[in-house]
Amino acid sequence: MAFLALEGLTRKFGTHLAVDGLSLGVEKGEFVALLGPSGCGKTTTLQMIAGFVEPTSGAIALDGRDLLAVKPAKRGLGIVFQSYALFPHMTVAENVAFGLEMQGVATAERTRRVAETLELVGLGTFAARYPRQMSGGQQQRVALARALVIRPQILLLDEPLSNLDAKLREEMQIELRQIQRSVGTTTILVTHDQGEAMALSDRIAVMNHGKVEQFAPPHEAYERPATPFVASFLGKTNLVGGTTVRPEKISFAASGLAGRVKTRIFQGNHWLYQVDTPSGLVTVIRQNSGETMPGEGETVHLAWGTT
Amino acid sequence: MSRNGPLALAFHALFVTFILAPILVVCFVAFTPEGYLSFPTDRWSLRWFHAIGRYPEFISAFWRSLWLGALSSAIAVAISVPAALAIARYRFPGREVMTTLFMSPLMIPHVVLGIAFLRFFTQIGLGGTFTGLVLAHIVIVLPFALRLTLASAVGLDRSIEHAAVSLGASEWTVLKRITLPLVLPGLVSGWALAFINSFDEVTMTVFIAAPGTETLPVRMFLYIQDNIDPLVTSVSACVIAITVAALVVLDRAYGLERLLVGRNVHGR
Amino acid sequence: MRAMKAAPYLLSTPALLLFGAIVVVPLAMTVALSFHDWGQYKGIEPVSILKNWHEVFTDSYFLEMFWRTFRIALLVTLLTAVLGVPEAYILNRMRSPWRGIFLLVILGPLLISVVARTLGWALLFGGSSGIVNKALMSMGVISSPLPFMFTETGMVVALAHVLMPYMVLAVWAALQRLDPQIENAAVALGAGPFTVVRRIVLPQIMPGILSGGVIVFALAASAFATPAIIGGRRLKVASTLAYDEFLNTLNWPLGAAVAVLLLLALIAIVVASSRLVEKRYAQVFG
Ligand SMILES: Nc1ncnc2c1ncn2[C@@H]1O[C@H](COP(=O)(O)OP(=O)(O)OP(=O)(O)O)[C@@H](O)[C@H]1O
Ligand SMILES: [Mg+2]
Repeated sequence: MAFLALEGLTRKFGTHLAVDGLSLGVEKGEFVALLGPSGCGKTTTLQMIAGFVEPTSGAIALDGRDLLAVKPAKRGLGIVFQSYALFPHMTVAENVAFGLEMQGVATAERTRRVAETLELVGLGTFAARYPRQMSGGQQQRVALARALVIRPQILLLDEPLSNLDAKLREEMQIELRQIQRSVGTTTILVTHDQGEAMALSDRIAVMNHGKVEQFAPPHEAYERPATPFVASFLGKTNLVGGTTVRPEKISFAASGLAGRVKTRIFQGNHWLYQVDTPSGLVTVIRQNSGETMPGEGETVHLAWGTT
Repeated sequence: MSRNGPLALAFHALFVTFILAPILVVCFVAFTPEGYLSFPTDRWSLRWFHAIGRYPEFISAFWRSLWLGALSSAIAVAISVPAALAIARYRFPGREVMTTLFMSPLMIPHVVLGIAFLRFFTQIGLGGTFTGLVLAHIVIVLPFALRLTLASAVGLDRSIEHAAVSLGASEWTVLKRITLPLVLPGLVSGWALAFINSFDEVTMTVFIAAPGTETLPVRMFLYIQDNIDPLVTSVSACVIAITVAALVVLDRAYGLERLLVGRNVHGR
Repeated sequence: MRAMKAAPYLLSTPALLLFGAIVVVPLAMTVALSFHDWGQYKGIEPVSILKNWHEVFTDSYFLEMFWRTFRIALLVTLLTAVLGVPEAYILNRMRSPWRGIFLLVILGPLLISVVARTLGWALLFGGSSGIVNKALMSMGVISSPLPFMFTETGMVVALAHVLMPYMVLAVWAALQRLDPQIENAAVALGAGPFTVVRRIVLPQIMPGILSGGVIVFALAASAFATPAIIGGRRLKVASTLAYDEFLNTLNWPLGAAVAVLLLLALIAIVVASSRLVEKRYAQVFG
């Protein structure tokens, strides 16, 4: 049995099925992403694991024990909330120490572990500050430190990076991955950003309408999507002659499907094309290698390998 | 200084004069050296402030008002906190009706409340007692206390408490260490607003206060009904000074706009 | 989950008990009281008769007094709107320190004792010893004091002063919700300042003005201290009349009937006008 096992987890709000018979097995030390569009039930799933939402039916087991029988305060999970939920009236050190205090850890030990964890997230010098005196990225790291310091069996992250700007988000992704690797905590990350999910996780659970459509390593989900929804959600796809083809798999060739370039957009490291063909509009992505590329209005031929 | 034209500024000046004139005139007349109502022109005097000391009923009414306001506001806040949490956190049958009931003292004319309390307290033997005053004042200041505690309970991010729970805090610890400290500014302001309203209440209190239990506004009101002399202006000036001081403190601590408009101007 | 269902009720128990015992019961008793009989020598008789209600509805004295109460309330509402709305707009256009300072100056009096504020008006215009009257007479502008005390004009002016902050507050709150870019958009389309106010700002803050008007009307119609000080024994409104019946004549049942009627009339007016405002603006601002 998996380390964390969700079995037929269901939650209704009135008549609305937010989570619909969801089953998922997470292995120890694994980094799993719950990926899906807004409203598909990611937060609800996470809240049920944390114990703040009660499942209508289904079971959750952690390390073979029934987790639903354990009170939220006793589950020993580390949670990073989307809003961070830092205690605004406590300093960074007090925030991080809170969980240890609740466990009755002795003061000396507490101080040591708080300092250690703040060091881990790169905030060693910020211990005496209050949350509102810190930037979004720093607050996010405090939230992470607060969750990690209690050495949780599982770390739950609810869109922890969605409030950050693109550059900071990328930095934090790398940092998050490194920290998770070094600590080895089993982690579940909720996100609706497919790039983030692919960059960070060992396996992705793609969710839609409260169900898991595919649970697989990122590369596999991308290359062999189980359903059309997974295919379209994980990057752009073309439907040509009954098969789905990724835009970057199509190249311009001497012969093949003929078409006219409708629009051409330069995006730095690649070009994005929309080509009018007899079988519909086809999106093509070509790496920018510095060569001259076909312009708008030109006739081109498209080719792709059949896999 | 502003984007307003001269016409607008002239209107503004007249408006401010209209608002301030009656208040300032009370304060000025209080300093008259004469024995009758007049504007102190060449000489200022504190004689009418000293004169207050010779009217023990004003002094004792003042202390009574202070106690009454402090006590009834504290109880009102203590009652509002759980009620505000219930209204802010749960959707339950009767929620709207309950909220309307708790806010109703704002809508019911105070004359009607005064009459109702007079009849009720006389029937149950609390007529003219301080206990009766306290009960009645709790009711009329509760909407103010509830409004501010409700605002801070609604503004409280639920996930902050969830974070504490996930770290192993018991319900009681969450309440003591997280919830109460976070709503405290709202409670203090709610108390202050309730206090001011209790301290100024006259319409309802005039019905239920007896000669031994008159509050300051009631004493002033009854005094003015008989005759208007400089003594009552000096008492009024003191009341105005106390209110203004409380107002400035409240403005600094919470923001008068936020207090009255009920909108969170700091943060979002 | 059963404990969760009971939680909100348990939390509200203290407040519910208090309001049940000290608001609902006394109000019910007052309604009952209005049906009791009263005599000079026999006092209150706990019977159920319509005598007081009959008297309130047929005696032209009461009719006139209620008519006066609502006439005054309406005039006060109009006066606060005419003065308060432009002032709130001007205030909103002020720059930083002044805006806050004048907001404090204008809203602050809300918390200052009504008795003290009304006393101010009595000092300014009270008969021949009123300070404004004295000044005007010594300058020879007027030969006899301006009539203010014991007049409806006096009541309207003093009440407008007392209730003005509520109107400014309501309009101010509505102005805060306004998107300043909309005004700029209108200016960019060539609208002059008056057109902007009339066509863009005013329609948007109308709900605020109307809700402020409802509050001011309700408070003016039920005001007590100001009408009692300005009107004295001579000029009665509903609340001062009820007070007299209770504490001077001691005819409590009649006083209760007047008070209950005032309450019912106010509720009817406030609920009806709020409905109207909501209906009118629901589509736009809902
Ligand atoms: N307390 C609630 N009451 C009623 N419906 C709810 C509640 N919480 C969630 N829902 C509904 O359940 C569905 C799933 O919500 P959930 O918050 O899990 O979505 P999500 O996948 O986290 O979305 P997002 O990416 O926008 O955060 C939504 O349709 C939502 O409206
Ligand atoms: Mg979510």
